[in-house]
Parts: sequence; C-alpha cells; structure tokens
Amino acid sequence: MSLAAAAVTAHAAGTHALAAHAAPSNGSHGFLSPTGVEITFLLVGLVTFGAALVTVTTRQLVHAALWLVVALGGLAVEYLLLTAEFIAWVQVLIYVGSVVVLLLFGLMLTRAPIGRSPDADSGNRWAALAVAAVAAVTLVWVVVDAFRTTWIDLDGPAAGSTEATGESLFQNWVLPFEGLSVLLLAALVGAIVLSRKAKAEPGSPSVNSGAATGSSPSVPDSRNHPIGRNGASEGTGSGASEGTTPAEQEGAR
Amino acid sequence: MNDALDVTLRLLIVFVVFLTFPLLVGQTEHKVMAHMQGRLGPMYAGGFHGWAQLVADGVKFAQKEDVVPAGADRRIFQLAPAVALLPYLLVLLAIPIGPGEGAVGEVVDAGIFFVLAVMGVGVLGSLMAGWASANKFSLLGGLRTAAQLLAYELPMLLTAASVAMAAGTVSLVGILDAFEWWWLPWQIVGAIVFFVAGLAELQRPPFDMPVADSEIIFGAYTEYTGLRFALFLLAEYAGIVVLCGLTAVLFLGGWHGPWGADGLGWVWTLLKTAVLAFIVIWLRVTYPRLREDQLQKLSWTLLVPLSLAQIALTGIVKVVIQ
Repeated sequence: MSLAAAAVTAHAAGTHALAAHAAPSNGSHGFLSPTGVEITFLLVGLVTFGAALVTVTTRQLVHAALWLVVALGGLAVEYLLLTAEFIAWVQVLIYVGSVVVLLLFGLMLTRAPIGRSPDADSGNRWAALAVAAVAAVTLVWVVVDAFRTTWIDLDGPAAGSTEATGESLFQNWVLPFEGLSVLLLAALVGAIVLSRKAKAEPGSPSVNSGAATGSSPSVPDSRNHPIGRNGASEGTGSGASEGTTPAEQEGAR
Repeated sequence: MNDALDVTLRLLIVFVVFLTFPLLVGQTEHKVMAHMQGRLGPMYAGGFHGWAQLVADGVKFAQKEDVVPAGADRRIFQLAPAVALLPYLLVLLAIPIGPGEGAVGEVVDAGIFFVLAVMGVGVLGSLMAGWASANKFSLLGGLRTAAQLLAYELPMLLTAASVAMAAGTVSLVGILDAFEWWWLPWQIVGAIVFFVAGLAELQRPPFDMPVADSEIIFGAYTEYTGLRFALFLLAEYAGIVVLCGLTAVLFLGGWHGPWGADGLGWVWTLLKTAVLAFIVIWLRVTYPRLREDQLQKLSWTLLVPLSLAQIALTGIVKVVIQ
C-alpha cells in the first residue's frame, strides 16, 4: 500500500534528518555549544520524527496522511535551516502540494471513515519495521560516510541557493539528472499504456462514456476503478464507493 | 532595533492589505455583478451605495453559532479554515509591489517556487473540510477539489517556469527587474494559461464545480457556519488578490508602466491587480459552470499543451536573442 510505503520513507527521512544534524554540530564551535540554528534544527527534527512515527502508527487513515504533511513540512523547514531554500520550496510544492493531495484523493475515493479503522493494521508490521530500520541504517550510513567532512557555513552566502543548486545540477550532475528524466518519462508512458488498456476492456466504461449517458462522469466512473484497497474484499461489493463511504463514516463512529 | 521596527512595519502593512483588499474585491463583486445583471446590489448598509455591506456581513457571521456536526472529526473540522486561509497571507509577503527591495514584504530567493508551493498548501484546507464534515456533499466537493487541483497545478507551474526562463531567475523581484515591454506579447499565451489555471485552483466560476451550489449545496463548506464559513469566503477573496497580483507581477510587468515607474510604481501594480480582479468578477457573471469532465479536458488537452508550447517558444526566443 502506497501510504505505508510513503510513511516508511518519511520515517527513514526523519532519521536521516537527525543524522545529518550530527555533521554540522561538531563544527567550529564544538558539540556542546550549539547555536540557535542548530537547536532549532534539532527541535524541528524531533517534531518531524514524531510526526513520522504517528503517521505509521495511527489507526485513522486520513490522520495518517495529514501527519505525513507535518513530517514533510518539517523536512522542508530542515532544508531551509541548512540554507537549501530551493530544495525546501520544491519539497513543499511536490510532496505537500501534490503527493499528499493525491494520497488524500485516493483515500477519499475509496474509503476514509471518520474515526479508527480496526482493520488498518497490517500483518506485515514486523517486516515493515525491519525494512524501515534497514533503510534508515543504510541512509544514515551513506549520508554520514559521504558528508563526513563537509561543513555548511550557515553565516556565509547560502550554499543551497537556487543558483548554486542549478549550477551544480547542470554542470556536475547532468547525466544522472537526464537519466532520472528518462525514468520519469518511462513511468509516464507506462501510466498512459495502462490506462489505455483499461479503457479497451469490455464492461469498464471510460471516463467519457459517463458523460455520454448524461450522468455525472466523475461519480460512476470511480465505481469501476477502486484505487488501492479493493472494496470487494471489505464487503462493500461493487457498490458506489462514494455512495458507501459516508455511510461507512456514519457506521464507524 | 531599527531592523526589528522595519520588519514589524512590513508585516503589519502586509497584514492590513490581507485584511482589507479581499473585502474590497468582495464589495466590488457585489456592485459589479449587480450592475452587470441590471440591478443595484447592496444600497443601504453604511449609507453611500451600501459600502459597509461586507462589514455588516462580517458582524452577521460573528454573531452566528459555530456548529460542529456530531459526526464530524472535530479537530480537523475546526483546523481546516485556518489551513485554507493562512497560505495566502504568507504568499502576500513575497509579492513585490514597487521597484527596489524596499517594496516587498520579504525578499524570497526562490520566489516563484515559494509562492506556488504555499498556494498549493491552501487546497489542503478544502480537502480537510470536505473529509472531516462526514457529509456526502462535502466529500464529493473535496474529491472534486483534489481532482481539479491535480489537473491545474501542472499548467500553472509550467507557465511560471516559462517566465522564470525568460528572466533567468526565479526571484519575483529579479523577474520584475528583468522585465521588458515586449515580454507581454512573447508571454501572452503563458499569461492566459496561468490566469485560467489560477482561477481553477481558486475554484472561481466557471471552475466552481467543487462548490457547485445547485447540485452539492456548497461542496466542502456545506457544514460550516459562522466565522469559520466566513474564513473560507475570505480565503477565496484573498486568493483572488494573490492570483491577480501574481499574474500582474509575472506577466504584466508589475510596477513597470509607460510613465512614472520611479515614484508611482506601486500604483501600476495595484491598477493591474484591480483590472485583473475585475476580469475575475466579469468571468463569474458571464460564463456557465464547466462540467467535471469538461473541466479536466480543458486542462489536459488545452492548457497543458499550450503551456508546453509557451515553454518551447520561450526557449527558442531566449537562445536566438543571446
């Protein structure tokens, strides 16, 4: 499930942020005389970490998505504190503005009961924990190993300004950048191919066929494309997801 | 100490603008809509042509009971209006109103990204409201909001990127410094796409499917009463101010004008913003609501290709003139 995956990423990223703190703090003024920025960094890191933990442990699905907003926003603040302004705003733009909105859209389209969902627990809890721990350890190890001797001068000119980021990206890292672009293009083409296939199948009307029959297109279309957790196994059958979701909301409280 | 005073003064000015300009737009909308529809609009409150109508509305909203439905998710329901409103306050901080670094609330290095990112956060408020109300109409409204945002975020970003390419910077102040008059015809397609996509992001007519009052009551805001409802309305009008200001700054040259750019630059910015706000109202009175599928089609088959074409054009011209 994408939510769990995203949460694990946030979790790992939270740990990653904490680890990154260790590097600048034993800089010129020693570990035990931190500056205001470093204290703020640590506090925001703790908040981010806490929000990430709540994201993966809460039983309320939509709350998990909203806590994810806090975690991702906290990461953006960390980037800001490390003078990487451009990265910070892109983080907000992509993750808070788009990914979480997509996540909420998927949740609301399928099932988003008010209150706790007793079945929101996965049997893979320990496997997920193991994967998260391994990912966190790997990330911490890579970051500490890679940036062991790199210091960010917080008082000087911004090391992560848009100009600096752009120059290093398009002078030193052009090849990985282009490689990633091709990867994204492949994903885009793949998505189009998948959606075309679904259209050709008999019995699953396309987006526009709803309009042709005169009914509101967005509503009936979603019945045939339950996103993520399938409604059938939950006993909601092939009924309209919009129709049952508020009913579930009422039943759940 | 002087610095602190300076910052406080700037924040205060931005805050006052944030509180008054949306009301101005709202009052203009009352009157302009009325006259376009062959009636007078509010005439009594305050005496002269009903100028105090919105103040009276505010008093009315403040007096109403603040109801949270029994089935709602209480905390999220109550938090949603703030999430919808505050981003626009932050965005106003970064919009330059005149020449120089003195005429902007706060100079942001990656201004375009800051502005678009923070504006995107505001939509979370509608989503939270739509879900937490435990109401079918609200949930439908929330869903439509999300679908609309996903469709129109892309053309908005692409056209903003086109301006950034033209100026060679992503700072709003820098873009205005680099502006030349011939950018206007050069970027005109991008300007229209940006403005239309912005309208859709604000859910203004003709893109008001998420709040379509004749079919889903008032979408995500159906269950809201009193001050919280007023906050959502205020967010809509603050959004108009922000969108018009941004379009003026990015595409219409902000404080640049045929004359008087030195002392009266801010007048140009305000004038352009006001004209755009008038167009927003005009569109509301003129066009019928787009159906959900028409809405998606407009974005994916028209606005996205147009914005890509604009980026290509910007790139070509930029290479040629260098």
